[in-house]
Amino acid sequence: MIIAERKPLEEIRNMLAGYKKILVVGCGTCVTICWAGGEKEVGILSSQLRLASSKDGNELSVMEAVVERQCEKEMVLEELGDKAPGVEAILSLGCGAGVQMMAELFEEKPVLPALNTTFIGMPEKEGLWVEMCGACGDCFLDRTGGICPVVRCAKGLLNGPCGGTRKGGKCEIDPDKDCAWVLIYHRLEKQGRLNLMRKYYEPKNYRAVKRPGKVQAMQA
Amino acid sequence: MAKHFRETLKTKDFIVTAEAGPGKGSNTEKLVEHIELLKDKVDGLNVTDNQSAVMRYPSLGTCLLIKEHGGEPILQITCRDRNRLAIQADLLFAYSRGINNVLCLTGDAIDTGDHKEAKPVFDLDSVQLIHLVHTLNSGKDMAGNELEGGVDFCIGASATPSADPIEPQLMKFQKKLDAGVGFIQTQAVYDMDELKRFMENFHKMDNIDGVKILAGIVPIWGAKMARYMNENVPGIYVPQYLIDEIDQAPKETKAAKGIEMAGRLIRQIKEEKICDGVHIMAIGREERVPAILEAAGI
Repeated sequence: MIIAERKPLEEIRNMLAGYKKILVVGCGTCVTICWAGGEKEVGILSSQLRLASSKDGNELSVMEAVVERQCEKEMVLEELGDKAPGVEAILSLGCGAGVQMMAELFEEKPVLPALNTTFIGMPEKEGLWVEMCGACGDCFLDRTGGICPVVRCAKGLLNGPCGGTRKGGKCEIDPDKDCAWVLIYHRLEKQGRLNLMRKYYEPKNYRAVKRPGKVQAMQA
Repeated sequence: MAKHFRETLKTKDFIVTAEAGPGKGSNTEKLVEHIELLKDKVDGLNVTDNQSAVMRYPSLGTCLLIKEHGGEPILQITCRDRNRLAIQADLLFAYSRGINNVLCLTGDAIDTGDHKEAKPVFDLDSVQLIHLVHTLNSGKDMAGNELEGGVDFCIGASATPSADPIEPQLMKFQKKLDAGVGFIQTQAVYDMDELKRFMENFHKMDNIDGVKILAGIVPIWGAKMARYMNENVPGIYVPQYLIDEIDQAPKETKAAKGIEMAGRLIRQIKEEKICDGVHIMAIGREERVPAILEAAGI
């Protein structure tokens, strides 16, 4: 799923400077699960904004809403069709795709991001998400024991670890992070597939997905 | 005129290279001093490429300076700051100006340097870079286009004898040997037993004919520096007994002690024929390299 983090309140308040009536919109999918932009977070941010404004002596009317999937046109229109027209700006707690869907649907209004979209990942434990996929469009996982060196190696190396690996197989840039290539080595060793790691891999095709990406589903 | 490094690799019993580390800024006075001081005392002068991801005077420009002053430059190229187009263009330029040796490196992570917000490139890795230089040597570019005027680089790579675990490193090392290299300059080694184990592993590997191994020597100038390197410099591990030895030397003789210790390591490598030579990385203290060579009996 897509992982995001909320921007600092100060940054969000600077974006909203001058507006008196706003709509804060959460998303019920990925960012709800990673505690960044669901109903609860919409409520918390809205309260913080109201409180901070009234403390400064400014009047700010904050409406709240949550769309099940902000990246889907119909869902956004159904939930916000009658709420959006009455506000000066929309603050989105969706990922970058959600913000852009709403910006396209409500062209005449500023749609502002309250989150920083960080990566595609998975939960490692309660409240901790880790990056797993760089959406490179040229999946390599069959050759690396299901561990992605493109994003989990700090340098995205394809032919083995760099010389910076720390004692105990930790990453050059973070002593708490495992070297992806040491993980790949152990996984392939366990599976009796170390031959895969002995093979030379050509430079990656970084145009496997032409950016910006566009995928047409195959017809049945 | 300095001898071509490729020839030196073939003919010399004990090969010595050293590092010329460019500074930050356009003033090359000190750099030229170091080049003048070292060019006739070593077989090749490596130039680091934005070492430790710290922005500096370029590797290519420094190699030109070495060439102008009659030395034999070894151009270090990392994959961190350039994509495949830029790397190929730089290599063509280097060769057209008489720079014939290239050391192919991955490059330290952006996070270790002084421009931490920069976009890391890593379009290629070090093994792919070695293949790329061979492709250029064959008269073509990476896209298969013919070159007007080819190149003929002597290619080197690095290895990390002190890596833990060593197995994944050795697998990558094998890929570098398979790709084809003339020389290996290792990351700093301090523990001679570790270097010997590394060489035992090397001798069991494929495609090692004619490949010369130069052990990396980073002199230690103080306990603080050694501890700093252990914590911050990727791939360097200074054993405690050496930290204690430099720590116990009085302040006024610390430099002499560091020279003696580095000289001792080199002497042992040479006398016991552990490998084919050494690569001295004095990191800003290039002026002490002649004394180190003297202490080593070279």
